[in-house]
Amino acid sequence: MNALADIAGILLGGLAAGTVLFVVSVGLSVTMGLMGFVNLAHGAFAMFGGYIIVLAMNRAQYGFPAALAMGFFGTAALSVVLERLLYRRLYRAGELDQVLFTIGLIFIFIATITIVIGSETQNLQLPPALSGQLDLGIVQYRTYSIFLIVLGFLIALGIWLAFERTRIGGQIRATVDNRRMAESLGIDVDRLFTITFAFGSGMAGIGGGLGAEFLGLDPQYPLKYLVYFLIVVSVGGLGSVIGVYYASLILGVLDFVLTLYLPKGGTIFIYALTILILLARPQGLFGRKGL
Amino acid sequence: MSAAASPTGAASAVSAGQNPAARALIRRHRLRWWEALPWIAGIAFYFAFPDYLGFGCDLLVTILFALSLDLALGYAGIITLGHAAFFGAGAYTVGMLATYNIWTEPISSLLLAAVAAGVIGLLSGLVLLRTTGLTLLMLTLSTMALLYEAANMGAAYTGGFDGLPSLPIGPVFGVFEFNPLYSNTQYLFALAVLFVCFVFVRTLVYSPFGQSLTGIRENVLRMHAIGSPVRRRLIVCYTISAALAGVAGALSAQTTAFVNLAVLGLDRSATVFIVLILGGYGRLYGAFIGAVVYLALEHFLAQIYPAAWQLGLGLLLVLIALFARNGILGLGDALARRYRARRPT
Repeated sequence: MNALADIAGILLGGLAAGTVLFVVSVGLSVTMGLMGFVNLAHGAFAMFGGYIIVLAMNRAQYGFPAALAMGFFGTAALSVVLERLLYRRLYRAGELDQVLFTIGLIFIFIATITIVIGSETQNLQLPPALSGQLDLGIVQYRTYSIFLIVLGFLIALGIWLAFERTRIGGQIRATVDNRRMAESLGIDVDRLFTITFAFGSGMAGIGGGLGAEFLGLDPQYPLKYLVYFLIVVSVGGLGSVIGVYYASLILGVLDFVLTLYLPKGGTIFIYALTILILLARPQGLFGRKGL
Repeated sequence: MSAAASPTGAASAVSAGQNPAARALIRRHRLRWWEALPWIAGIAFYFAFPDYLGFGCDLLVTILFALSLDLALGYAGIITLGHAAFFGAGAYTVGMLATYNIWTEPISSLLLAAVAAGVIGLLSGLVLLRTTGLTLLMLTLSTMALLYEAANMGAAYTGGFDGLPSLPIGPVFGVFEFNPLYSNTQYLFALAVLFVCFVFVRTLVYSPFGQSLTGIRENVLRMHAIGSPVRRRLIVCYTISAALAGVAGALSAQTTAFVNLAVLGLDRSATVFIVLILGGYGRLYGAFIGAVVYLALEHFLAQIYPAAWQLGLGLLLVLIALFARNGILGLGDALARRYRARRPT
């Protein structure tokens, strides 16, 4: 009985971490699929939103839902400004310039947060309703983790439905598949991209806040988790919501297990697996087109 | 790729060189007077700043590392964020050979490091270079992370996170000792190694092989169409670049007598990437300019205002990506062109 409870505990912990990874990365996957823009600074948006959420709760005493909403809209607004002013100039540039530009943005975010707020780790104070333990029958587990898993599932379901059932979702899928054709059909790809970029960044902001409790939130956040965001997106497949969801959950569970049982260098298996998957399927597990 | 300004040098003209384009191509690899400047500056630095030779070693190592990346990224257009994998492989080769007293002779250690890094470059290149774009970027990143975690896992041999301190390095030619307190020998040794490697790279990029690399970077499809063995060329280039990065890593281990996991980290890769693009990629001397500017700024600013240094660096990178696609040297070229255009010749 105890082994079963252990396994359930590991799964739940991993799934909760994976869920956060998904909420942060899903926007990156879609925007990269749409424009082929290598946006390494996506994690910086997650950090920005995370800071809004944590500071709104800790310093301004807002409730959790209100803080999440502020994180979403604040980050989305910032991303629209940056997209209109800066990103769009580099859509036709090479990957090299895009990588350089987004690394520069990461540094700007890190430095700004360090100067304005400080380099210490910010702690998220969970609302009392989420901070206890929940009895699931076989195992007692942290309410917050279970809340995250359920919330993540609902978000994934919602985004998937929006992708499959709404007009704008159809336009996004069409543009990911064939941008020129979509443009010829009269889809305003420019506007579409701004909307998805804003939404994706907003989601990243929420993800930053949701994960602040166990991933930590400090100015180095965008660099610390950069490789994980990229792994999830490339393994899942660009522009594929389901792919990112599965890849995030798998990576979350694997990382949880490996850091538990092989704290020194255990994550080597994650990288090995990533390399194998990408060599076998360069377009990712669920991707329909090459990266 | 503009030719030199003055249309002299007709003395060495070949008969085919009547065509202006052919003349420009023939002149491209000619030595120019200013190519002596970096080496004069390198020797002058030794005498002018005896207290900063440790910093000087760091600078020379960074130049060599950026030069190796220039070969892969600047000339062949292989976009990689995992070049520290080879730097680290070289550093750990020297570090482990020295720590366990297997081999401490510095010159042959460098060659061993080059071989070790080159083998890793060859093996990973054989597999990775089938892909392009983001997949390639991810694969190079993952390879580096893989080596990092492997070094972390084998802490019994690599020293893990703490690294391998106080490496015993043998004297150069059996005569010149590496003194841990004064970096005089280290500096001159690093300068000599950089010179040899630079001459090698310069010869390579102006050879037909180097020209074909540029061709692959500019238009892969056309290179395929004219029957160039694109993949083989890329693999050879990647292997050479990896070996050179290995030499840079080995040199870093030798001059600091220290190696730890940071040599394999994303920071190291990102830094060398920034250095190269800051200076200007695909033009040999970008590595020099970029390393000098980056390290000098870092050395003086980062200690006083670390956050401001990071902010300034970030703004600089954004500006370069938006307005100065060819780095500092590209900016210089553009200014020179404008000046020349205004002045009737």
